[in-house]
Amino acid sequence: MNLEFSPEEQAFRKEVRAFIEENYPKQASADSLRDDMSAEELVAWHKILGKKGWSVPAWPEQYGGTGWTPTQRYIWGEENARVNAIMPLPFGTSMVGPVIYTFGNEAQKEQHLPGIRSGNVWWCQGYSEPGAGSDLASLKTTAVRDGDHYVINGQKTWTTLAQHADWGFFLCRTDPDAAKPQEGISFILVDMKTPGIEVRPIKLIDGGYEVNETWLTDVRVPVENLIGEENKGWTYAKFLLAHERSGIAGVARSKRGIEQLRDIAKSEVLDGKPLIEDFDFARKVSQLEIDLAALEITELRTLAGEQAGRGPGPESSILKIKGTEIQQRLTELALEAVGHYGTPYYRAVADAGSNEYPIGPDYAQHSAGSYFNMRKTSIYGGSNEIQRNIITKMILGL
Amino acid sequence: MDFNFTDEQTMVRDSLNRLVRENYDFETRRAAIESESGWRPEIWAQLAELGLLGMPFSEADGGFGGGAIDSLIVMEEFGKGLVVEPFVPTVVCAGGFFKHAGTDAQKAEHIGGIVDGSRIYAFAYAEPRGRYDLADLETTAKRDGDGYVLNGHKAVVIGAPWASHLVVTARTSGERRDRDGISVFVVDKSAKGIVTRDYPTVDGRRASEIYFENVAVPAEALIGEEGKALPLIGLVTDEAIAALCAEACGAMKVAHEMTVEYSRQRKQFGTPIGKFQVLQHRMVDMFTEYEQSVSMAYLATLKLGEDSRDRKLAVAAAKVRIGQAAHHIGQEAIQIHGGMGMTDELAIGHYFKRLTVFDSEFGNVDHHMKRHVALSSS
Ligand SMILES: Cc1cc2nc3c(=O)[nH]c(=O)nc-3n(C[C@H](O)[C@H](O)[C@H](O)COP(=O)(O)OP(=O)(O)OC[C@H]3O[C@@H](n4cnc5c(N)ncnc54)[C@H](O)[C@@H]3O)c2cc1C
Repeated sequence: MNLEFSPEEQAFRKEVRAFIEENYPKQASADSLRDDMSAEELVAWHKILGKKGWSVPAWPEQYGGTGWTPTQRYIWGEENARVNAIMPLPFGTSMVGPVIYTFGNEAQKEQHLPGIRSGNVWWCQGYSEPGAGSDLASLKTTAVRDGDHYVINGQKTWTTLAQHADWGFFLCRTDPDAAKPQEGISFILVDMKTPGIEVRPIKLIDGGYEVNETWLTDVRVPVENLIGEENKGWTYAKFLLAHERSGIAGVARSKRGIEQLRDIAKSEVLDGKPLIEDFDFARKVSQLEIDLAALEITELRTLAGEQAGRGPGPESSILKIKGTEIQQRLTELALEAVGHYGTPYYRAVADAGSNEYPIGPDYAQHSAGSYFNMRKTSIYGGSNEIQRNIITKMILGL
Repeated sequence: MDFNFTDEQTMVRDSLNRLVRENYDFETRRAAIESESGWRPEIWAQLAELGLLGMPFSEADGGFGGGAIDSLIVMEEFGKGLVVEPFVPTVVCAGGFFKHAGTDAQKAEHIGGIVDGSRIYAFAYAEPRGRYDLADLETTAKRDGDGYVLNGHKAVVIGAPWASHLVVTARTSGERRDRDGISVFVVDKSAKGIVTRDYPTVDGRRASEIYFENVAVPAEALIGEEGKALPLIGLVTDEAIAALCAEACGAMKVAHEMTVEYSRQRKQFGTPIGKFQVLQHRMVDMFTEYEQSVSMAYLATLKLGEDSRDRKLAVAAAKVRIGQAAHHIGQEAIQIHGGMGMTDELAIGHYFKRLTVFDSEFGNVDHHMKRHVALSSS
């Protein structure tokens, strides 16, 4: 057993660090991905990586992957987190992309994979419905075959950043009479410009608009857009969820977050001394760091398993639960650190004239918003209760 | 021992409960907080008419002879409806200063204005680098002839955009963080040299950054004794904390009830999610936290009249315990609502946000834990 990176891995780190330093677009740098960024800002890095051939490291090489080992990918993630890079959004690169190269036909691969790699085509995920969240298999949106088309009707919701999306992947019921709800669902790719699609923004508690309701009324989609077999969509959807979960621990980003938290706590003052010198506060930061260390090694163990050919199993649920708890705690402590200046609703004053007096330090500006927003992480991607149910069933065997 | 409200208090509570339910429903509140002014002066007038603004003042001072328990009743009902109107800054804080230390002339002018609803006050105590230490003041008040000249920057002054007057803490002598040398002034907000930057807060209220740039005030602006105000400020903020604790209890009660109700309505896997035992136990824990909080709000309120060590211990304990409960209940309420809990549309997220801000008002959990440790080991 050993925790050292090999000389090759260290050389790799040097190489990617240099590349990031040279090429990361400065204007896209941010504390966190935010809905008030323009679509261009959100995909700027993705496009640069697409040109370099590094936008989809985890894909098989034949489809444009880099052939990096899981450890190299881990280093890649760490180096990007160092600059708070806005990474390629997951919907194309880690969700529908793998589904297409695993289950799609040649024409579909040719049509869609290049746009996902390059960042030129924006994807959204149309799974959840008002009545189908944790119980996704109860979804009601229907796709009815009509000649060479499916006609889709129904309502999806929580569709992240669909306001920018060119394409979406949707789960639709194609056989309402199937014996089990999981049977009778199909996985269909939909051009978001098709008539009959309406995307309506949902405002979240932080005041942002990152999710939408997506209404589909008589949306005609060519049958070629079906992935795999009709009524087998659940299999593909589950495959995708496993992929979604594996990236969700966010260790590298949380490490960076702890550094930023310490910086804030160095600037804030308690009793004439930096807040970070206050034992009560410092203790909480250390607790977080300790939890993160445990998570990091757990993730590395999982990665090593992957490297040895074992796929991400139900253990990835541990990564999701602990990873999101840490992300949430991080924002909670940052909000605590800024004291009174967590209270202003900065989003509503951001446009005010620049010659006015400032409100609080810069680092306070997103503190409350991020704390509110990050509550989502224990809800989406399979809620943390659902993750515990998975562990109960798959690992404890209860 | 008696934990009952008097008949009169029960009546007040019932009528306020009705007022909030009937005139302060969630959508009306939303329209008000998103409006230009951000609040509803007509509600304030109604409170004055009902006599609620005069309750905590003695009859001699022009009030109706109640006390802290009346403020608790008001604030608990306000918490249920997320009422944004500035009862704590005006009645509890400013009112408290005049009640405890005002001259007869100050009482007549200011308490009179509070009771009849014509004057709104904000309490400008926090500073950008002072965190929660009431004595960590960079704002100064220098003697100038008969009066004083104020300079400094007060941070996140809740309700200030609506206020006609400010109660300001400032240093008249000594060094930053000295316990001595602190004084309190009442200032007309339109006084020359006051510059404000107003903004909304994440919990639907309004606040200001306030800059005092050579603001001249007369000698009568001083409340209490020059340089000796820290104990008075401590007393008034403890009263404010007790009132805020009651407000948090009201908000927690509704957040919990909404969550239980949602879990009854929301079906997944063919059953109401409230049937899942993991969620049931968590809602039980929320309920327990709420009940413990009510107890602490009572404790703090009932100890306000006691000698200062007992009072401080009880208030610190309440703020710690209720601060923890507010976080717990707010977070769990969102989680159990799932995606819907994340939306601006549902009221629950707004309760969560109010409960979040509560912790940072007049000192968070850590601050009051330190205070408790210091008091209980002295
Ligand atoms: C910000 C955000 C972005 C999202 N983006 C997308 C997207 O791009 N595309 C998409 O398709 N979806 C998206 N989602 C939807 C997300 O996947 C769902 O919110 C999630 O599946 C939970 O469903 P729900 O919101 O309906 O909650 P519910 O399923 O109603 O759950 C409510 C509560 O009950 C609990 N619960 C449910 N079942 C059980 C059980 N069996 N045992 C114990 N507890 C249970 C849950 O854990 C939760 O606490 C997003 C959600 C959010 C909040």
